[in-house]
Amino acid sequence: MSTVSRVPAAGPEFTANRSEMLGLVDRLRALEGRAAALSERRRDRFEQRGQLLPRERLAQLLDPGMPFLELYNLCNFLVDDPDPDTSVPGGNMITGIGFVSGVRCLIFVDDSGISAGAATTQSVSKALGVLDIALRQKLPLIHLVESAGANLMNYAVEMWANGGGMFHGLAKLSAAGIPTLVVLHGPSTAGGAYQPGMSDYVIGVKRNGMAALAGAALVRAATGEVASDAELGGSEMHASTSGLVEYLAEDDAHGLAIARDVIARLDWNRHCPAPRRAPFEPPGHDPEELAGVVPVDYRRPYDIREILLRIVDGSSFTEFKAGYGPQTICAQASVMGQACGIIGNNGPIDPNGATKAAQFMQLCDQAGTPLVFLNNTTGYMVGTAYEQGGMIKHGAKMIQAVTNVRVPKISFYIGASFGAGNYGMCGFAYRPDFLFTWPNAMTGVMGGEQAALTMDMVARGAAKRRGLSPDEGQLAAQREAITAHFDRQSDAFYTSGRCLDHGMIDPRDTRRVLGFVLETCGEARARSVNPNSFGVARL
Amino acid sequence: MGFETVLIANRGEIARRIIRTARALGLRTVAVYSEPDASAPHVREADDAFALGGAAPGESYLDAGKLLAAAEATGCDAVHPGYGFLSENGAFAASCEAAGLVFVGPPAPAIDAMGNKAAARKLMAAAGVPCVPGYDGDDRADAALREAASAVGYPLMVKAAAGGGGRGMRVVPGPELLDDALALARAESRAAFGSDELILERAIVDARHVEIQVMADAHGAVIHLGERDCSIQRRHQKIIEEAPCPVLDGALRERMGKAAVTAARAIDYRGAGTVEFLLDADGAFYFLEMNTRLQVEHPVTEAVTGLDLVALQFRVAAGYPLGVAQEDVRISGHAIEARLYAEDAAKDFLPASGPVYDWRAPAGEGIRVDAGIDSGFEVSPFYDPLLAKIIAWGETRDEARRRLREALGATVCFGLTTNRDFLIAVADHPVFAAGEATTRFLDDNDLTAAAAGPPAPEALALGAVIDHILARDDARARAVGVAAELLDWHSGGAGESRCRYGGNELLRVRPDGDHRYAVSLGDHR
Repeated sequence: MSTVSRVPAAGPEFTANRSEMLGLVDRLRALEGRAAALSERRRDRFEQRGQLLPRERLAQLLDPGMPFLELYNLCNFLVDDPDPDTSVPGGNMITGIGFVSGVRCLIFVDDSGISAGAATTQSVSKALGVLDIALRQKLPLIHLVESAGANLMNYAVEMWANGGGMFHGLAKLSAAGIPTLVVLHGPSTAGGAYQPGMSDYVIGVKRNGMAALAGAALVRAATGEVASDAELGGSEMHASTSGLVEYLAEDDAHGLAIARDVIARLDWNRHCPAPRRAPFEPPGHDPEELAGVVPVDYRRPYDIREILLRIVDGSSFTEFKAGYGPQTICAQASVMGQACGIIGNNGPIDPNGATKAAQFMQLCDQAGTPLVFLNNTTGYMVGTAYEQGGMIKHGAKMIQAVTNVRVPKISFYIGASFGAGNYGMCGFAYRPDFLFTWPNAMTGVMGGEQAALTMDMVARGAAKRRGLSPDEGQLAAQREAITAHFDRQSDAFYTSGRCLDHGMIDPRDTRRVLGFVLETCGEARARSVNPNSFGVARL
Repeated sequence: MGFETVLIANRGEIARRIIRTARALGLRTVAVYSEPDASAPHVREADDAFALGGAAPGESYLDAGKLLAAAEATGCDAVHPGYGFLSENGAFAASCEAAGLVFVGPPAPAIDAMGNKAAARKLMAAAGVPCVPGYDGDDRADAALREAASAVGYPLMVKAAAGGGGRGMRVVPGPELLDDALALARAESRAAFGSDELILERAIVDARHVEIQVMADAHGAVIHLGERDCSIQRRHQKIIEEAPCPVLDGALRERMGKAAVTAARAIDYRGAGTVEFLLDADGAFYFLEMNTRLQVEHPVTEAVTGLDLVALQFRVAAGYPLGVAQEDVRISGHAIEARLYAEDAAKDFLPASGPVYDWRAPAGEGIRVDAGIDSGFEVSPFYDPLLAKIIAWGETRDEARRRLREALGATVCFGLTTNRDFLIAVADHPVFAAGEATTRFLDDNDLTAAAAGPPAPEALALGAVIDHILARDDARARAVGVAAELLDWHSGGAGESRCRYGGNELLRVRPDGDHRYAVSLGDHR
């Protein structure tokens, strides 16, 4: 079915949208650059120790020119440091899905150029998140380890309690038949020592690689024993005495070469028949235009089909029940030759929209077609007509469907995603296989203005009951404060910093991200693995 | 006296060259190889191969015991020594014969006769071959040499009596520098040949190095195949050779050929040999030495005579008559050979080693390439840095020179520093183009500036991008499924690949969208 774009790619509205959206993309890139620049400042120290910087390690590990999808790029932004001008995103680690010797892997790099790689408040969420993705998508895990662990000055008991989930995750991966590999580039002490300890393959780099339950300082404090770090946990010792290290590397580059070799020798892809991919044409409308067809302010309406035209193959899609619950758009299409069912919103979801979406999800589940959710909704409809029309009942069916479909679910926050509408559209808690946000997106229980007006009504009602006249000045201040409180927390940079998605992307990359994750999910489902009960033990 | 299986006691291009003719003659070939040469092309091309172990020549290609054991283990009945290594070692030739192996070369006494430069000079002078005025008396003490030096006259050459290949050889412009030259030459000679005996010779300035190829059989036939001009030398190491010599006429060729045949007859020579002369500007020539083996530069003679010298070597070694009479030898056209070395002209010709990522030999009308390497081969520091010889033939000298120039330009040896650009600078030089170069050519003309040193940053950048694309496509071929439009894309917008070529600076390739790449080399972009 062909749909014609109604947005001229050179009009004033397009130009204004584009300039606003690219401003937000620039902010995203600047934040990513902030972490990279901070890490780069430690170059001298790394070079003195004969080491590569974390980003150099990543570049040397990955296959040249193969795609890389970063995960949780904004982790911890505005969490430990509330100042947007100084807060450093990333959580002192770089994670993503990339290729090593032709094998799609989950890559986890400690960013030891920043605070020696010490964990931040959100680092545990990020680590658990990527381990979960590795397990669900059957991705071998490669962790380039060099971390000071947790900074004792910032100790929080939750971090310790939740942090145990890292090793739980490694044990589950090993038992699921998914190999885990560590390159020990630097220290990994205390709890961190279980990172190599729990991994299936450990490559230790001579001189710098070190794993011990307690380093020299703690051992001396605890037992009085005077020992060197090399004796306690050097790679050389582990390779010859303790048996923790399987492969001993001369330096960082050699360690990464061994990692590539170990992955190559798994011959991992022989267990995965290539999923069928239909021949396809690129979109007729340039995905580059995605930055201009969407107003940054979600309150300004636009047609979500404009986005479909710029992400699906040949700009061609088949709309399902176009005339029924028309604010909720369901369409069948393909992305890079991979079939998918797409659900998007042109506003709030009404009862018909909810039942249509629930039915569409069940049909996709029946056909084994992955689902894609383009979140652009202020939520389910409210008001007498809708309540009496069964909005709760119909919305519940949609939430039930989205929870229980068995096909891959991929969500994008592209505009508003409020209230239970977020649940029905496969928000964070509905465990989408992948969830990415655009920088303009707003998510939360409701919009800030809506919340402020609600609280305004409540305050006026309370005043009236007490026979007082409302203090307009105070109410205005309250409205302003509530709006700010909600909007600050709805902002995509804020929510992404709290790991409530898998990362923020440039809207113009949406087709590539979608194509990449559809490949990832398709591969996972085509792949057979050899699970075992207890994980592989280092005997 | 026939043989069927030949041990090729050598490596590199000459081993491959010998295998080629042996094959054509229906002989079975056995290669030998050291540890660094395990994957060398000559090993693959032979019918059988024997590991000598070791790396340094002394523990591999120079170890006569190992070579004889290899011959026995692989059922050889002949040994071709190539050039260099044990090719001019009379003891090795004798022990081959003693072990019942046909040595494809001259008899041991002929090798020994020419092995000692002083003895050879005396022998040649006695046989009536013109020799450079000099001193080769029995008293080799410094005092005797000092006295003799004033009789010989300056400038003169101090040479190792046991020498060859330019080592232990020094030019002395005047008497005040003689003592230093004697001390240095003795030290070099001792290190290189285990003997510090020296001889003196008048230095013939502005001379050409002209050598005559001879062939002799066991039935008394000795012929010459004309001359080669090897004047383009750097520190007595030949770089470019050609046939015929641009200034030789028929009469002079006749006289020099006769002298060479006389020299060969004087030592009961058999097989292929080369009699080297210095030819001065007045047409006078002087015996230098005789190389009792196949020369590196033999292909130029093959190109102008149409003969296969290795085939003649095998024929004579098997006891057959030469089958070519002097009057059958016709010189047709002109041939020039350039030696491609792994060395850095910009760093005083320091030998280079390391992997050859991409080797592409030139081809075309009149072009012959004898190469010892192929893509992926790692050039080790243990042996002579000769990688390949590029030989161009033409109807005229200038046609041959232009073809050589084109062929050198088309030669790709990526990853390793070579003297290719230096060779091109020689081929382009007006003095060489006019055929006027003498042995002083490279002393008078510094061509190292004209020859680029390390590869240009643009070339490195291009190589890095090509490697990036090849590695990417290889990874994609091994992956389960990746759409083409995802290649060169990182969601963070900052993916790059890194590579280094042979210890050079780090190259970083960053895709820039739409099949464009930004390459950083150190600080250049």
